[in-house]
Amino acid sequence: MLYINCPHCGLRSQNEFAYGGDATVKRPELNKEISDQEWDNFVYLRKSPRGKHLELWHHISGCRQWIKVERDTSTHEIFKTYKANEAIE
Amino acid sequence: MSQDFRLDNVGMVNREKKISFKFNGKKYFGFEGDTIASALIANGVHLVGRSFKYHRPRGFFGVGVDEPYAILQLDRNNERDPNIRATEQEIFEGLEVKSVNCWPSVNFDIGAINNFLKMFFPAGFYYKTFMWPPSFWYKIYEPFIRMAAGFGEASTKHDKERYEHKYEYCDLLITGSGPSGLASAYAAAKNGARVILAEDKPRFGGSLLTSDVNIGNQTGVEWTEKIIAELKSMPNVTVKNRSQVFGYYDHNMLVMSERISDHLPKTQKYLPKQRLWYIRANEVLISSGSIERPLVFGNNDTPGVMLSSAAKEYLKVYGVLVGKKPLIFTNNDSGYETAIEFKKNGVNPIILDTRSNPSSDIITEAKNLNIEIKFSYVVVAAKGYKKVKSADISKISEDKKELFNIENIECDCICVSGFWTPSIHLASQSGNKSKFNEKIDAFVPDKSKQQENTIGSANGIFTLEKTIKDAFDKGFDVSNKITEKNNKVSVPTVVEKKSTDHDKFWCVPLPKGKSYKRFLDFQNDVAVSDIELALREGFRSIEHVKRYTTLGMATDQGKTSNLNGLQLVSDIENKVVPQVGHTTFRPPYTPVSIGAIVGREVGKHSKPTRKSPMHSWHEKNNAIFVDAGVWLRPRYYKQGNEGLFEASKREAKNVRQNVGVCDVTTLGKIDVKGPDAAEFLNRVYTNAWLKLPVGKARYGVMLREDGIVMDDGTTTRISENHYHMTTTTAQAANVLSHLEYYLQLVWPELNVNVVSTTEQWAGAAIAGPNSRKLLMKLFPNLDVSNEGLPFMGYKEADLFGIPAKIYRISFSGELAYEINVESDNGYFMWEKIMEVGQEFQIQPYGTEALSTLRIEMGHVAGSELDGRTIPYDASLEGLVSKKKDFIGKRSLNRSAFISTDREKLVGVVPIDKTTSIPEGSYIVKDPKAKLPNPKLGHVSASCWSVEYDNPFSLAIIKDGKNMIGQKLFAMSPLKNKTIPVEIVSSHYVDPEGKRVRS
Repeated sequence: MLYINCPHCGLRSQNEFAYGGDATVKRPELNKEISDQEWDNFVYLRKSPRGKHLELWHHISGCRQWIKVERDTSTHEIFKTYKANEAIE
Repeated sequence: MSQDFRLDNVGMVNREKKISFKFNGKKYFGFEGDTIASALIANGVHLVGRSFKYHRPRGFFGVGVDEPYAILQLDRNNERDPNIRATEQEIFEGLEVKSVNCWPSVNFDIGAINNFLKMFFPAGFYYKTFMWPPSFWYKIYEPFIRMAAGFGEASTKHDKERYEHKYEYCDLLITGSGPSGLASAYAAAKNGARVILAEDKPRFGGSLLTSDVNIGNQTGVEWTEKIIAELKSMPNVTVKNRSQVFGYYDHNMLVMSERISDHLPKTQKYLPKQRLWYIRANEVLISSGSIERPLVFGNNDTPGVMLSSAAKEYLKVYGVLVGKKPLIFTNNDSGYETAIEFKKNGVNPIILDTRSNPSSDIITEAKNLNIEIKFSYVVVAAKGYKKVKSADISKISEDKKELFNIENIECDCICVSGFWTPSIHLASQSGNKSKFNEKIDAFVPDKSKQQENTIGSANGIFTLEKTIKDAFDKGFDVSNKITEKNNKVSVPTVVEKKSTDHDKFWCVPLPKGKSYKRFLDFQNDVAVSDIELALREGFRSIEHVKRYTTLGMATDQGKTSNLNGLQLVSDIENKVVPQVGHTTFRPPYTPVSIGAIVGREVGKHSKPTRKSPMHSWHEKNNAIFVDAGVWLRPRYYKQGNEGLFEASKREAKNVRQNVGVCDVTTLGKIDVKGPDAAEFLNRVYTNAWLKLPVGKARYGVMLREDGIVMDDGTTTRISENHYHMTTTTAQAANVLSHLEYYLQLVWPELNVNVVSTTEQWAGAAIAGPNSRKLLMKLFPNLDVSNEGLPFMGYKEADLFGIPAKIYRISFSGELAYEINVESDNGYFMWEKIMEVGQEFQIQPYGTEALSTLRIEMGHVAGSELDGRTIPYDASLEGLVSKKKDFIGKRSLNRSAFISTDREKLVGVVPIDKTTSIPEGSYIVKDPKAKLPNPKLGHVSASCWSVEYDNPFSLAIIKDGKNMIGQKLFAMSPLKNKTIPVEIVSSHYVDPEGKRVRS
């Protein structure tokens, strides 16, 4: 079980969190004309990298904040965690 | 039977307390502190089971977790417990165990015929034998394999025992209380670290219990007792026996199973049987010790052949002799220690040492005690079927390939020692890649991947002096890192007998003309010949060889067989062991009870049960409840002999004719507040929200980004910047997460806050033509006329002194209101409604009537919004704004979503007006069409229409819009029904929606 450092609450066990997928995906702006391809990329296409991955976790049984976690998908090592609005290094 | 093999003055069992137990129906005696194994051996019993494949007689091989043979079935408190290791289970008064995998008895076992048919059971015989003809697989092979497979028999009854879970945090977890565990725990604890020391056996001390050593002028046992007593007295230390750390998971999370009352005759009421500990440790010291390796020779699985360290432990801990004419077969000095213990207790052993001329303190001591030693000697084969009676032994050539004259000597047990294998399982589970240590012919942990270190013999260190010194240092270093303190304790002096190198020899060649089975894996009956065959058949990877032959795949996970198997593969392949590599170690290290894993999360405790504030009223009024997510909701209120059908029909009818009241507390409720709330709702819902006035509610539909309907509900504008959103009961949590996602990550510029208020409000829906009359009496000072409180209106008022919120919304299609009060006032509100409503023939109605009412009105719910439908499919396209953008809108342009023949919501009525249509039925054109019959769609919800007194269903079918009026068929292969039906509008009752606005 992972031990995730919530930037709001501190170290908490994985079972307090829900996984939220790739954190680098950016939703297209509202009312913007975009191609089918762009929209499909946003809705469906995700990379599945081996190694460092910036991902979203939702601290549902804690502060209810969405946070960003930089994690190695093969070793589960967590390098850094960020608040939702923090700049990614 | 008397305990003929028990010594008088040796051992740690409590001689004061005699305990009787039954094995295979026969009564035996042992002492408090005995295991089943030690007590049976004391009684001279060595035959306890039959092997997995060949049904060969099985005795005892080890003395702890490594035991591959003695697996028994236990009956305790009228419950069955399968796969109990006799070497671990302590006896208690009244214990009953029996052998498994034998019929009719362990002494006379029909299955033993397999032993004589063994040429038909080579490696991979499953794959070879059960191939053809294919039709045999289902009827003959599978039942046969199922019957033959497995050892114990699990109970099918509910397990009444208690199992608990515990979460714990510590600075340092130490797994094993042998010399390295004790020393490091002591050093770390003295330096202020919070320490957990876990020992899987009942007694602490590990090898110190049996070795003839001296630490700080005390015997090993005395030193152990002193350290344990001191550790137990320290507030920063938790010391646990009968506790096995079996799994090492990510981020230094380890799991331990503690056997709390497995050794007690009857559990006290609240005492759990076992407890599972989830331990998050800053640092871990793995001191799990090492397991002796067997030597491989002919019939080395005969009862009476066992590990020499096990023989020593039976003698020193339990005061039990495993034999009176022991033969010690060894390639290192450990066998000598066992021989010396025999000799000291008046038994004359013979040592066969594979080495030609070794010399060390221990060997000298054995010689001085006049123990008979034969150098360059091996056991060729054990003789005897159900127990060792003698052994064929021989001198072996220097290159270990040739046997000389084979002679037979009498013996009643053969104690083998093929040197030691470090238990690296936990380190390996943590991600630590192991490395091969040539000096000890075994793998040891390499670089740490997590915060772990392995110490003592688990790390391949076999001298006590170095073990103790390293462990003291490690305990200090690790604790210093955490506590930053510098309280160092002095390392005690250690006196031990020096030993010399072991012999790399491990497998005795077969003599000419003999085909003895030489076993590697004792539990799964894998012999040398099986591995040879697998390699001849082309298997190369050790992972494949393992799976093909089942080497190391039994419940003991190859604790004694692993390295010998690798050795054999590398010998045949002309490789060295590290080139072959080893198979992956995975948790659990030892078998864990399913009950312990499940813990208290059984039945009703598997998830929280939520009850509305009116729950006790429902209970008092004969409500039959149904699980709705985590909530318990009344399904119907039983009157007299009514069943579900009659009751729900009565309740629904009463809503249509008079007035009903339904507990709607469970609906998800979310407070949406902030200056940008309207804009936010406008982006979340498909319809327009910017112009909703204060005091008005609106029905809304929200989509996922992929265009699929996520949820629906009404949202009310309470004040300028405050909205009250409702969601379906099931989706409440998901919708909140969804909203938080967009507010926190996508549109952080919106100044909006959301919070769940589901449990803050108790809700009652009053529905039916009399509902306004009822409302007038409940709120005499409020204008509830159609003008004063119109459809989709909202008012705050006083309900007999308590504040209430009234929403004029309707799920039933009738004139209806939902009243919300603070949860604590819910019961009061409900009673008042019932009391005042009496004159209007009010009746409570449950979820079944609620469904009936919404189905015949054509309102969609979870069965239509099933994660596959877009607004069009559920006839909600009128709510999709063309003017503004919202979540998921772009997806609605996808070609599949704008296709004209999409499935769409319709109503379905059986032509005979009497046959109910099973939910899930397919709608087809021709019931006799060739299978697979092309389906037009499916029936999503069915009810008995109380308006028309006939069955009515909703269905989602292809091109639904143009199908109205068609005569089709509803087919349910599951219920074996084909019903002619007519497709009608989904709005079966009041299609113009006059009633809700009346």
